[in-house]
Amino acid sequence: MAVRTSSRDTAPPAGLSRAQLLELYRWMRLTRTLEERLVALYRQTKVVGGLFRSLGQEACAVGSAFALERRDVLSPLIRNLGSMLVKGAEPLEILRQYMAKGNSPTRGRELNIHFGDVVDRNFVGQISHLGDMVPVMAGVTLTFKMRNEPRVGLVYVGDGATSTGAFHEGINFAAVQRCPLVVVVENNGYAYSTPTNRQTAADRLVDKAAGYGVPGVRADGNDVLEVYRVTRAAVDNARAGGGVTLLELMTYRRKGHAEHDSQSYVPPGEIETWAATNDPVDRYVARLADEFGFDASELAAIDDEVRATVDAVTDEAESAPPCDGPDALRGVYADPGEMPVLWYRGEASSAVTAHERPVSWGTHDG
Amino acid sequence: MAEITFVEAIREGLLEEMERDPNVFCLGEDIGRYGGAFKATDGLLDRFGEGRVIDAPISEAAIVGAAAGAAHYGMRPVCEMQFIDFISCAYDMLTNYVATARYRAMLPCPIVVRGPSGGYVRGGPFHSQNPEAAFLHTPGLKIAYPSTAEDAKGMLKAAIRDDDPVLFFEHKYLYRRIKGTMPSGDHVVPLGKARVAREGRDLSIITYAATVWKALEAAEELERSDGLSVEVIDLRSLLPLDDDAIVATVRKTNRVLVVHEDTVTGGIAGEITARINELCFEWLDAPVRRVAAHDVPLPYAPPLEDFVLPQTSDIVRASRWLAAY
Ligand SMILES: Cc1ncc(C[n+]2csc(CCOP(=O)(O)OP(=O)(O)O)c2C)c(N)n1
Repeated sequence: MAVRTSSRDTAPPAGLSRAQLLELYRWMRLTRTLEERLVALYRQTKVVGGLFRSLGQEACAVGSAFALERRDVLSPLIRNLGSMLVKGAEPLEILRQYMAKGNSPTRGRELNIHFGDVVDRNFVGQISHLGDMVPVMAGVTLTFKMRNEPRVGLVYVGDGATSTGAFHEGINFAAVQRCPLVVVVENNGYAYSTPTNRQTAADRLVDKAAGYGVPGVRADGNDVLEVYRVTRAAVDNARAGGGVTLLELMTYRRKGHAEHDSQSYVPPGEIETWAATNDPVDRYVARLADEFGFDASELAAIDDEVRATVDAVTDEAESAPPCDGPDALRGVYADPGEMPVLWYRGEASSAVTAHERPVSWGTHDG
Repeated sequence: MAEITFVEAIREGLLEEMERDPNVFCLGEDIGRYGGAFKATDGLLDRFGEGRVIDAPISEAAIVGAAAGAAHYGMRPVCEMQFIDFISCAYDMLTNYVATARYRAMLPCPIVVRGPSGGYVRGGPFHSQNPEAAFLHTPGLKIAYPSTAEDAKGMLKAAIRDDDPVLFFEHKYLYRRIKGTMPSGDHVVPLGKARVAREGRDLSIITYAATVWKALEAAEELERSDGLSVEVIDLRSLLPLDDDAIVATVRKTNRVLVVHEDTVTGGIAGEITARINELCFEWLDAPVRRVAAHDVPLPYAPPLEDFVLPQTSDIVRASRWLAAY
């Protein structure tokens, strides 16, 4: 099938209202501000474990998730905090999760944005094993097809994750079954330290679409309206029974793989160039002003509101209680709901500490 | 000689083997210029070039499968799993292809698959695993899991020279916490041989990897506070298991606690207990007991991880129970 490269000339405000244009701005601003707050908390060692930034990639997550309806399902990756927010994840949840609080969405079992909500907000939490969510989302969307529900799924993978077997098997399966699935490859140039040209010999990841027999679209991932537009088209196509689309969103990872990574492998100047000329928030601000005539004060008001929100939830998250050790035994199975305490763990093990010998015990001592 | 860390010992082992044998090469994600997620391969690219220190795509099955193919034709590949948790993606290759190659087709498969394993580091469920038990049931593989820097280097060198596939687990909690002084010369520690980490008379703790250090801590405490003389056996190799060392310690102390970090059900302690039962039941004065992790996926939050994983205090308490039996 034909691989198209989207062109900006054809990009309208994509049928978005002025309120929606501002909403997109707010999600990007919230993503960035919340992550900046996480960096501060990380430096204060209040974040447990690693911190993964999406700096410079906010438009990919926000623009694509904005193309979904509430009933649609998405599966984010570590750098798709913005998509989680759009789908209804609360900043407070994110902070609690990163800080391993007792009332975090996973009650301390999982980290960063590894959590899900299939009841209400419709996101399926990832696991670390890259590519694994593609087959899972194939199954989610297969279900929608089987039940004739007009719902669509969207799964994010990085350029690196496209090298996994799970990615290949999942997209191939979904393509064959014509599942209503959008596969977003967020091409940010690097997988940890590995540049994309060491990940694949293909010139463009979108070219792989042809191999699966599905349409592929490559777009500017730092233009939030463009991301919205191409995702919306893929979502509409999926909802109409058109099956899988592979989207390749071109962007750039301006921070290391995680906060600890010094990015020594990045050629000098590369990060600075992207920061100066291709920041998705700056670019959108410019468009909002130049093309759509928004006043700087309207955006500043959003910035203030976002900052106030993040301040408030930071205080609340910090004061949240830590996890309670024995809670670790709950929820492995639906039934029983709690695992037994092991024999050597103190008080609860009275049954074995007693360990009575039968009367006939010990043939060799009489 | 200067002390070096566990992870530096791994690096030294790799470097010396690559110098010794031109067929040895490394394959893995981010191992070249970046030097590996934990810097175990730092500097090897500069020394040996891209031809022998190969940055692979994120493709664990391909990494292991390719290593096997190369090994059939005389190469000795050392594969790095960025975290050992991701070895599950290569499980099929390892258990079905690699492990059976010699037996079914006389195909030599001298590969090493190494990587950082284990918890106590707040890594959450997918960066803390101890997958050794999943592979223990696979004849054809060997499994090494050292606890000291000296063994890390010496056993890695042995693994690379071994003519069979070796899974080489490196506990990441030990990477920078544990240091050792490397013996000079060609320091090779044979696979399949356990080590007495501490001599004792009253009770044996059989363990491996990070819990060796917890067992040693517990042994000291038990000596101080209870006057107990505790022997600690560091298995070092899990496949094959060193039955002689196990039997020798049971005969000596007559009481055994098996300790590991992995979950209790289906863990290696079950196998060890069964062997003791079969080989030296008559020497036991108490039932063999196990201290291991709760049967739950490893959680992330510190209080949960601490609760789930075995701690020194657990080993102390269980040892007292055994000694009093
Ligand atoms: C199967 C598997 N192998 C290795 C890893 C370790 N790992 C975590 S993130 C990462 C790089 C991911 O790169 P990419 O998919 O491009 O996403 P990005 O981080 O660039 O957003 C690697 C190798 C993993 N999570 N899963």
